[in-house]
Amino acid sequence: MDSNPGIKVTGKFIAERFGYLDDPATIAKLVQFSSPTQTNVVFHLPQIHCSSCIFLLENLHRIDGGIIKSQTNFQKKEVFVAFNPAQITLRKVVELLAFIGYEPAISLSDLKKHTPAAYNRGQLYKLGIAGFCFANIMMLSFPEYFSGGHIEEAGLRATFSWINLGLSLPVLFYSASGIFSAAWKGLRQRYLNIDAPIALAIIVTFARSYYEIISGRGPGFLDSGTGITFFLLVGRWFQNKTYESFSFDRDYTSYFPLGVTVIKNGIETNIPVTGLKKNDRIILRNEEMIPADAILIRGNGQIDYSFVSGENTPVQKKEGDLVYAGGKQIGSLLELEIVHEASQSYITQLWNNEIFSGAKNAEKSFIHPWSRYFTAVLFSIAAASVAYWWKYDTSKIFPSLTAVLIVACPCSLLLSATFTYGNMLRLFGKNKLYLKNAGVIESIAAIDTIVLDKTGTLTHNRASVVQYEGTPLTDKELVAVKQVTRQSSHPLSKMVAASLAEHDSSVLVKDLREYAGKGVEGTVHNLHIKVGSSQFINESDIPVVSYDTGTHVHVMVNEVPMGRFTVNNQYREGLPQLAERIQKQKESLYVLSGDNDAEKGTLKALFNNKIQLRFKQSPQQKLDFIKELQDQNKNVLMLGDGLNDAGALRQSNVGIAVSDNTSQFSPACDAILDGANVHLLDRFISFARSGKQIVTASFILSIAYNVVGLSFAVRGILSPLVAAILMPASSISIVLLVTALSSLSARHKHL
Amino acid sequence: MIFILIGFSILVAGAFLIAFLWSARSGQYDDDYTPSVRMLFDDTPKVSSLEEDVITK
Repeated sequence: MDSNPGIKVTGKFIAERFGYLDDPATIAKLVQFSSPTQTNVVFHLPQIHCSSCIFLLENLHRIDGGIIKSQTNFQKKEVFVAFNPAQITLRKVVELLAFIGYEPAISLSDLKKHTPAAYNRGQLYKLGIAGFCFANIMMLSFPEYFSGGHIEEAGLRATFSWINLGLSLPVLFYSASGIFSAAWKGLRQRYLNIDAPIALAIIVTFARSYYEIISGRGPGFLDSGTGITFFLLVGRWFQNKTYESFSFDRDYTSYFPLGVTVIKNGIETNIPVTGLKKNDRIILRNEEMIPADAILIRGNGQIDYSFVSGENTPVQKKEGDLVYAGGKQIGSLLELEIVHEASQSYITQLWNNEIFSGAKNAEKSFIHPWSRYFTAVLFSIAAASVAYWWKYDTSKIFPSLTAVLIVACPCSLLLSATFTYGNMLRLFGKNKLYLKNAGVIESIAAIDTIVLDKTGTLTHNRASVVQYEGTPLTDKELVAVKQVTRQSSHPLSKMVAASLAEHDSSVLVKDLREYAGKGVEGTVHNLHIKVGSSQFINESDIPVVSYDTGTHVHVMVNEVPMGRFTVNNQYREGLPQLAERIQKQKESLYVLSGDNDAEKGTLKALFNNKIQLRFKQSPQQKLDFIKELQDQNKNVLMLGDGLNDAGALRQSNVGIAVSDNTSQFSPACDAILDGANVHLLDRFISFARSGKQIVTASFILSIAYNVVGLSFAVRGILSPLVAAILMPASSISIVLLVTALSSLSARHKHL
Repeated sequence: MIFILIGFSILVAGAFLIAFLWSARSGQYDDDYTPSVRMLFDDTPKVSSLEEDVITK
């Protein structure tokens, strides 16, 4: 069997870093179920992307006999593994997965037990029961409607009514419970949301129906009442179909390593990061993240802070220097002494900022003010009809009042919003913009200021942009090139180094010389490597084919020109056009960067000078900048990627995390956008704006239905038949209208 | 007679409701993609009855 279909096995494989999985406390937190013969565990594998992945992951038992069963959930990108702890340990299972190229994403936040999909299932039960009861009540109401209210057989009418009453109870007490609790929550906070009038309408519908049935006066409006509940639940279910494989609420704990190698009296042990204390000595290997602020004791530090600061170039650290949590060591082994615990470190301070406590995007949808007007108008109509019948026919007060409340249920308002936004969420997802919830659409529509991060947002991820052409290099030569370019401080050399596969980094470079702005040369074993611009290569009087200048890095081995690395245009495509279109839409555009201002000219040219730039921004400064804009009453959309943007993403009205691989970790945000579609940003915004227009249009339609219904209701002649026709007709036509309109609008916007 | 038939019709509908609730409860709606791929694989992993109980708990 092919051991790695569909995925590239990463060259580096360091088993020691899974040592923390031997810790019984960690195991207990990770596993779902454990017995002497079987342990169940669920891993999140962001790498799952094709059917071959499923095949491989479901055949783990053939690779190792200790694994009893493995089952994949493609959409959640999870794999369930049952294994026999007597034959294989948890650590071995994780190592096996990592070895075949599917390293599980285990983070500190996983250790807090996550709840399974119980909520989704609860919604399905409610929906199923409401649908069952609605359909049967509808069916049992037909005889009444078709006979014109004169069923001949004795007792049959009462029987139908009583069966309907029985069937409606689970809808009222179970299926509709969510609507009641939402309304109650709003009222308790002295806030009239759209659920309150709906809850009132449902209560009145059921109460009047029960009264009619029990007193033997008529069949009531139970089919309409259960139908409303059913349609509302369908809408909610449709809107809540979220992106389960994404996590929108990550904080620093998701990024930090779980385990760390502590060295005590010369003995190495693995402990969870949470157990790390001040003055502990730890070992940090290549590509490992610094878990807490520490002092470098031994080794040559090349710390890559790109994730924390956005700065691309690794920082050189000597023994005795302070290194901050969140940096990644590139190169040889380090020994560190911890000075702060993980939760007290510099980078985690950002999360102590008050913006990270408390929920964001609280319900402030424009449909709530609408529902308030609606309720006000509704009550005045009800009052007017009561006053009228008081004067002319007191027996009609009760029927007209309840009928008004039944027929004027604002559920069509709610349906139009839920279905419009539900469909828009789906359409955004098709274009690889994954929104956290429907509320974000309205926030996007209100945007007037756009703030972009540079590194990772406007530029590509480093790994994908370097290509080599020329005489193929041997493995030894590649190692030498990597070692030499790694020592250079030039961004292009850094990119070449980063693109080359990881290897044993103990190889030494001799006679290293760097020529600023030109290139770098050095000797590894007996290979003399020269890397740099074409002039740099030419100056050594070796005839070379005329290479282009610019974004090429030329390579010479032992004075023989080998070829060149092409560093593709770092910036994403379509940015100038995007800037132009944004300019037309009159949003102001800012770019923040944690990097230095070396790219200032390029950026200015890229955006035709229509942009304001800020360089060397710390995470806190980014956050403060957003706040400043908001204090000027701006609605800010922030596009960022790394941990360094986390604060700004959170502070902004809409924070969108850009990721070249949407399955990767991204910071806490309102939406995740695939890097390839950054240039569609303006279309996303205008599409979000069209959503509001669609909802408004469908409101007008639903008001037309309400006028028809009310004209029956105020006269006190609303029959169950009229209600039974009007209710589904209005609901279904509104659902169809908004779905068609939003799909049409997306096509019009070329999404 | 008609009363018995009404009772039957509700019983039959109820059976379908129970079937739906059971399928939702056993997680058949949790993942609607992977099974469609899994059925194309040649042989299914061996699972003994004991383990199946634990898995579907």
